[in-house]
Amino acid sequence: MSLVNYATREITCKIVYYGPGRSGKTSNLHYIYNQVPGDRRGSMVSLATQTDRTLFFDFLPLDLGTISGFTTRFQLYTVPGQVYYATTRKLVLQGADGVVFVADSQRRQIEENVESMQDLHENLAEQGIDARNVPLVIQYNKQDLPRELIMDVDDLDDVLNFRGVPYHAGDALRGTGVFETLRTISELVLRRLSGNAMATVGAGR
Amino acid sequence: MSVLLDGRFRFDNYVVGASNRLAVAAGRAVAESPGTTYNPLFIYSASGLGKTHLIGAIGFAAKQLLPELVVEYVPLDDFVDQLHLAVSSGQTDAFKQRYQRIDLLLIDDVQFLTGRRETQSEMLRIFNAIQSSGRQIVMASDRPPAEIADVDERLVTRLAGGLIVDIGPPEYETRVAILRNKCAEREMTFATGVLEELARMPCRSIRELQGALNRLVAHEALGDRPLTPGNVRAIVAAGRVTPAQSRVATPTATDEFAGFISDIAVAVAQHVEGWRVRLGERIAHWQAAGYRTTMLDRALTLTEEVDVDALDAAFATGVARLEQLESQAVLLDPRLAGLDVFRDPECIVDAEARVEQAIAAHDPPPAPWPAFTIETLLAGKSNQLAMRAAESVLASPGAQYNPLFVHGGPGVGKTHLVHAVGNALRRKAALSGPVACVSGSQFVDELIAALQEGTVDRWRARYRAAGALIVDDVHALAGKERSQEELFHLFNALHSAGRQVVLASDRPPSEIGELEARLRSRFDGGLVVAIQPPDRTLREALYARALMDRGADAEQGVAALLAELPVSGATEVDAVVDRMLHAARASGGTVTLSLVRRELSSGGAATPTSVPTVADKAFLDAEKIVLEWADLDGRIIEELR
Repeated sequence: MSLVNYATREITCKIVYYGPGRSGKTSNLHYIYNQVPGDRRGSMVSLATQTDRTLFFDFLPLDLGTISGFTTRFQLYTVPGQVYYATTRKLVLQGADGVVFVADSQRRQIEENVESMQDLHENLAEQGIDARNVPLVIQYNKQDLPRELIMDVDDLDDVLNFRGVPYHAGDALRGTGVFETLRTISELVLRRLSGNAMATVGAGR
Repeated sequence: MSVLLDGRFRFDNYVVGASNRLAVAAGRAVAESPGTTYNPLFIYSASGLGKTHLIGAIGFAAKQLLPELVVEYVPLDDFVDQLHLAVSSGQTDAFKQRYQRIDLLLIDDVQFLTGRRETQSEMLRIFNAIQSSGRQIVMASDRPPAEIADVDERLVTRLAGGLIVDIGPPEYETRVAILRNKCAEREMTFATGVLEELARMPCRSIRELQGALNRLVAHEALGDRPLTPGNVRAIVAAGRVTPAQSRVATPTATDEFAGFISDIAVAVAQHVEGWRVRLGERIAHWQAAGYRTTMLDRALTLTEEVDVDALDAAFATGVARLEQLESQAVLLDPRLAGLDVFRDPECIVDAEARVEQAIAAHDPPPAPWPAFTIETLLAGKSNQLAMRAAESVLASPGAQYNPLFVHGGPGVGKTHLVHAVGNALRRKAALSGPVACVSGSQFVDELIAALQEGTVDRWRARYRAAGALIVDDVHALAGKERSQEELFHLFNALHSAGRQVVLASDRPPSEIGELEARLRSRFDGGLVVAIQPPDRTLREALYARALMDRGADAEQGVAALLAELPVSGATEVDAVVDRMLHAARASGGTVTLSLVRRELSSGGAATPTSVPTVADKAFLDAEKIVLEWADLDGRIIEELR
């Protein structure tokens, strides 16, 4: 997916919310959806499998309007967290311009977080993408839960953030850290604009 | 000078943190080179976060750098008051002029524009004037332009057309720095940790922070014991409700998305190359105005940086020309309003053609005289070359002999021929416009009249839209420089569009004096063909027809006898016939052979000058003497065969 199309003056960012099951990825999208004025958001779509049984990812298109002369659209996706949806996760991850890793701060979920982070890196590697070049932000969600149930942000960071990427504490249900996370990942993605722009144009897309 | 610009608000006493870094950087850039970087600069933030300080600092710094700069700070309410005063005292022009002289205009509290339509339209005008002359506008508001309710869309786009930056609430470090600055200004000192503790308390604005500091100052002054970090919270909290001290504070939902958008705008502005952003903005601007921007879109896809200002200026020039053309077209035909050709600066040529068509349809150029047709032309040896050329022209106008230049002495039938060609061309459906048929002197007169009335463009357009152009007696343009210039451009326009041009003159191009070489060479570039005085056979036919046309009672052989004498052309034939008829009326009414013989020999002085005396006859008879040797024309006869 081309991030910037100078011919049509469009900026289209695909941001994927990644993380273990029930860590709050969809909550992030729901919170954003509810904050966005009606005319700026598309309907939030949840796609089903062929047999129509299982919801398997969420999609939220955001029209940010014309920014500096560019029609700017963000497409926010979540991947299904459950382990058995590996293929879907790969599919959704394709062409992502940035990834938000939503970690579950609960102490008992730490293994799932680590596994999901590894899964993310494997999937990126499988697509021939150097994970170090993909803009990534971590959100330590559910920090509103009682202290005894959750790990401290610093401790979580020690375990998960081996690349030292930007992170935010979050409470996606109430919106804490949701826009901060989106803002950070957006800025990281846009920062890569100037570097990629020429390639985009050169490819004639 | 306004209080705001007296130097109390400066960049060096403005504490810069992550929340306002961008706004300050933009402000500095504007102060250093007003009108060139971000114009307008639109700063917004919640109340009490330093907007007014920042725009004051911009004004002060700009004035320091360039003392002759006219800087004006005006809160919107004052602007409205001034406007009302000006309107009520009938001095709106003076008001406008005053604002148009300002080099750096700082407007505060722009959000109060809501619902003030008159102020909005006045402001729009002033903005246009200031910006178009490259001067700077800086605005401050408590919300972004798009969120100021009930504001004219055009004004919103102006407000948002430069850079929009927001100032967020200061973070801890900035708050500490601000508190320390304030204390230094008041020469107050607090126990270690007091200011830090105050800074740690949640606060929505710097004013609130200052209020809290004031409370501490008061307590410090009144109390008998110095303040400690431990009792800061109690003192400050007494004055206000603090949010719950949860470890992760719940954000206020209001404007979260708007804040996000403005951050993204800043990020885009920072990361997309500057020229692309500016070009993109210009494209958006022109598209909003309803123009096709293919020309600019192409530039946007270039890899090399382009001169956006030059490109935009060129585009604006094109747009201005299109507007001019459209208004011209609409005057002639209101249905032409909003036509696609008037919406694309790349289509100026088409738009011009459209206007020319409209003018020609509205006020057609002179047409050929309907009496002169090909059918009434008598062909003979002397004009066969010209006749064949005319046939070729009619078979494929504009393709073979363009221009066709016909020359010959007076009365040989040039005018008849070219008008006949014109009439025949008119009947051709394929012709793209009317046939303009004008004499050289008429062309000159029309141009002079158009110059007098200032309607040269319109006059020109009438001819430019012609499907074919015929100029009789083109030698009348000799020495008329302006007419020649017009004809030259007209000729080029028609010729390059493949439209037929036919010219007639009493002499070949090479012999027309005072004719510009560029015209002469163009005339020579087609086919130059002569019409000779009529030969005997043609003369006989001409006499026969002239006698018949007049219903003359003529003896057999009169035409043949008359044809013995050479004449210059049909005009002279008519004169001779009229003379014979006049003489015949005196002697019974019949034109007899003897009458003709008598008239020709006796009335030498009365006969046309070219009827030769007997002695000259042998030499002037075209059939006995080779008057003109075959040259170029002769060769073309070969070609025609």
